Amino acid sequence: MSVLRAEGMCKRFGGVSALDGVSLSLAAGTVHSVIGPNGAGKTTFLNLLCGIYAPSAGRVFAGERELTGAPAHAFARAGIGRTFQTPQIFLNMGALENVMAGRHLHERCGLAAALLCPPWRARAERDCREQAAQLMREVDLGQWLHAEAGALPYGALKRLEIARALAAQPEALLLDEPAAGLNARETHEIDELIRRIAARGIAVVLVEHNMRLVMGVSDRVLVLDYGRALAEGSAEEVRRDPRVIEAYLGAEALAA
Amino acid sequence: MSAALLQYLLAGLTLGAIYALVALGFSIIYNASHVINFAQGEFVMIGGMATVSFLGAGLPLAVAAALAVVVATLVGLALAKFAVEPARGASVVTLIIITIGASILLRGLATLVWDKKIHALPAFTGEDPIAIAGATIVPQSLWVIAAASAVFAILWWFFNRTLAGKAMLATSHNRLAAQLSGIGVRRVLLASFGMSAALGALAGILIAPITFTSWDAGVMLGLKGFAAAMLGGIGSGPGAVLGGLALGLAESLAAGYVSSAYKDVIAFAILLAVLVFMPGGLLGARAAERV
Amino acid sequence: MLALAAALALLPLVFANNYHYEVAILVGLNAIIAVGLNLLIGYAGQISLGHAGFFGVGAYGSAILSARYGWPQLAALAASTALTAALAYAVGRPILRLKGHYLAMATLGLGVIVSIVIATEDRLTGGPDGMGVPPLAAFGAALSGERAWYALVAALLVLSVWLALNLIESPHGRALRALHGSEVAAEAIGIDSARHKVLAFVLSAVFASVAGSLTAHYSGFITPSRVTFLHSIELVTMVVFGGMASTFGAVVGAALLTGLPQLLTVLKEYEMVVFGAVLMATMIFFPKGLVPSLAAAARRFAR
Ligand SMILES: Nc1ncnc2c1ncn2[C@@H]1O[C@H](COP(=O)(O)OP(=O)(O)O)[C@@H](O)[C@H]1O
Ligand SMILES: [Mg+2]
Repeated sequence: MSVLRAEGMCKRFGGVSALDGVSLSLAAGTVHSVIGPNGAGKTTFLNLLCGIYAPSAGRVFAGERELTGAPAHAFARAGIGRTFQTPQIFLNMGALENVMAGRHLHERCGLAAALLCPPWRARAERDCREQAAQLMREVDLGQWLHAEAGALPYGALKRLEIARALAAQPEALLLDEPAAGLNARETHEIDELIRRIAARGIAVVLVEHNMRLVMGVSDRVLVLDYGRALAEGSAEEVRRDPRVIEAYLGAEALAA
Repeated sequence: MSAALLQYLLAGLTLGAIYALVALGFSIIYNASHVINFAQGEFVMIGGMATVSFLGAGLPLAVAAALAVVVATLVGLALAKFAVEPARGASVVTLIIITIGASILLRGLATLVWDKKIHALPAFTGEDPIAIAGATIVPQSLWVIAAASAVFAILWWFFNRTLAGKAMLATSHNRLAAQLSGIGVRRVLLASFGMSAALGALAGILIAPITFTSWDAGVMLGLKGFAAAMLGGIGSGPGAVLGGLALGLAESLAAGYVSSAYKDVIAFAILLAVLVFMPGGLLGARAAERV
Repeated sequence: MLALAAALALLPLVFANNYHYEVAILVGLNAIIAVGLNLLIGYAGQISLGHAGFFGVGAYGSAILSARYGWPQLAALAASTALTAALAYAVGRPILRLKGHYLAMATLGLGVIVSIVIATEDRLTGGPDGMGVPPLAAFGAALSGERAWYALVAALLVLSVWLALNLIESPHGRALRALHGSEVAAEAIGIDSARHKVLAFVLSAVFASVAGSLTAHYSGFITPSRVTFLHSIELVTMVVFGGMASTFGAVVGAALLTGLPQLLTVLKEYEMVVFGAVLMATMIFFPKGLVPSLAAAARRFAR
């Protein structure tokens, strides 16, 4: 059973076709990478997979449920989380509060309880805070627990976004270039983190340019070019695929 | 066409042309700085009031009007330099409050420099109504429509055909590119406030013979200009003209056929309906947010 | 919170006469509106230039139901609050999809519509001349005297601040702040941004409406001048002046913007000029508002 399934996704912006008939089926605990040159449609594909864009054609399912055309928060409710290419941090909040916000779907709190803050609410709030802090420590952000989000360096923001997405306890997590702009050590940390996330049974879609990272962690790789699926298969198959070598990996991959 | 309908259309066109001038001021400043200038109506007031006082000092109408435009332009430049420029980077709401402060300040100054009375400006060329197919129009309305049309044409030419105009538009689309290409973002900001102030003052001078003018005449006209700019799509020149005319016509037809007390209610209700179905206004850009 | 309650309790010690009470009551009523509006503007990041309209529905709702139809005042207050909430919900759902200046325009239009309707329907509202409003009464006793009113308004202000602070530190409050920070990211963690914007809009409208009802009863008279675009602007200014996303900032903003014009009346004809200049200078030098800017300065100083 696939956690997340997309069939024949198309997206046009005005006359421009950004994505054309791409499909994907994602199994729990696997890492599915999407690679391709800039402008290939990778981010557009993620936006379709999590409901930020409605597809021009095609359908999306989370498990058995069809979500095509539903608003993004309904996708989140169905267990699909994501991070963004340029981190979308709530800079008007504390770092810890960002992660607490990630638990939104799991907090039971009516409006009256929010306004009156009865003792059980105060306890729930403490639990939420503790769980968020735990998640931050897991992604190695323990030192930033009390910082304003805006005070964090870039690499930490990328991990904060992952912690926030994990706080929602997703079944599928879409990561848009999580290692972009990171140094070698930070990239290695992200690599480890992705493996740990998959090991928990979460399905990961990874959009990434760092080929060593992609080839190392991926169970399957989808290659996009000009909005079309050029090839799909295991990392090894894709690496050997002549069309991919021609179009994308080029001489660099042959040499490797 | 019935004479009554024609009458309402002519009145709506006159009013709409004024709204369009004010709306263009909003859009030009918005393009240069993403600021909504809530003091725009005060330029309209300054135009009318300064002309009245220069005229009172014995100057001929044309000279008085030209001087009034100069005064308003200087006020616009000062506003840009001393209030908007130092606050660059502040949030949208903060900038709105700054321009609201400016508008209160300018109204206060108007009561000090001039007075709190209502003033009339003589019509440019006579008061005798002209008959057209059963309807009548005062000569001043023709002045309004003709002058506004000329201004629209000049602005279109400026923004589409001249280097300076294209450069001003370029900064609105891409600040960084504009900076790299050597267009001074600061100069564009100043120029936009100067131009908008001149446009507002012109509107104020043109309309004063029809509706009178006073220290607080700018409030309602500023509001309508803002509404027209948003109706057309903020930042769009043709949108401002279309929005202004649409608002003027809606108001005039509503006053004629429904109720003059509810003309503004109807105009604003139409505006709300348009925005609900076209969230970027009639001609506004509809770009999806990218992440 | 306790400091505010203590300050409000001690304040009467320095009041020399009824006029001081009167100003304090008006400050308190405006502060209630500002605290509510701050939820919308400061926390959820959505502007409204039409809240005087909700104030007006509350004020005129109470006035008309109690004066013209003889309803008990508390019932009139409850009914007009419910009416405001329904109106805010009905209008908020479509217009809160608008962003930035378009939302500003739409809320402004809503406020203008309400104010014109009130000024025009003179059989009910008394038109531009306004209408009288019976004093607030409950269980057979009328609330009268500046001291009693002060106690009521101070208690309600403390209650409002308490409710607002609770809300902000709850999942709902985090959702509001989150969608302010990044709407897509908020949606991506399951926050229904449309629903939460409407929630903030309705709540802030309810605060304005209740304060409107009370203002009408307290003044004993209400005119459309309190329902105009300029009053909406004044309300937003209170929030921004004191400091967005700061509940105490909203109280300070309301106090300064209500009190300042009272002080400035000694300047007579210079009042508007000075007021406009003070407003501009404050926002230029403290773009985040007084309370957050001063708090930041104090922290820097402490280090
Ligand atoms: N919101 C949008 N509006 C218009 N065009 C877009 C939008 N988002 C993406 N595109 C276009 O779609 C294509 C794919 O973009 P994107 O998905 O961001 O590529 P990638 O992430 O692979 O670099 C590009 O040509 C881009 O310009
Ligand atoms: Mg991308």
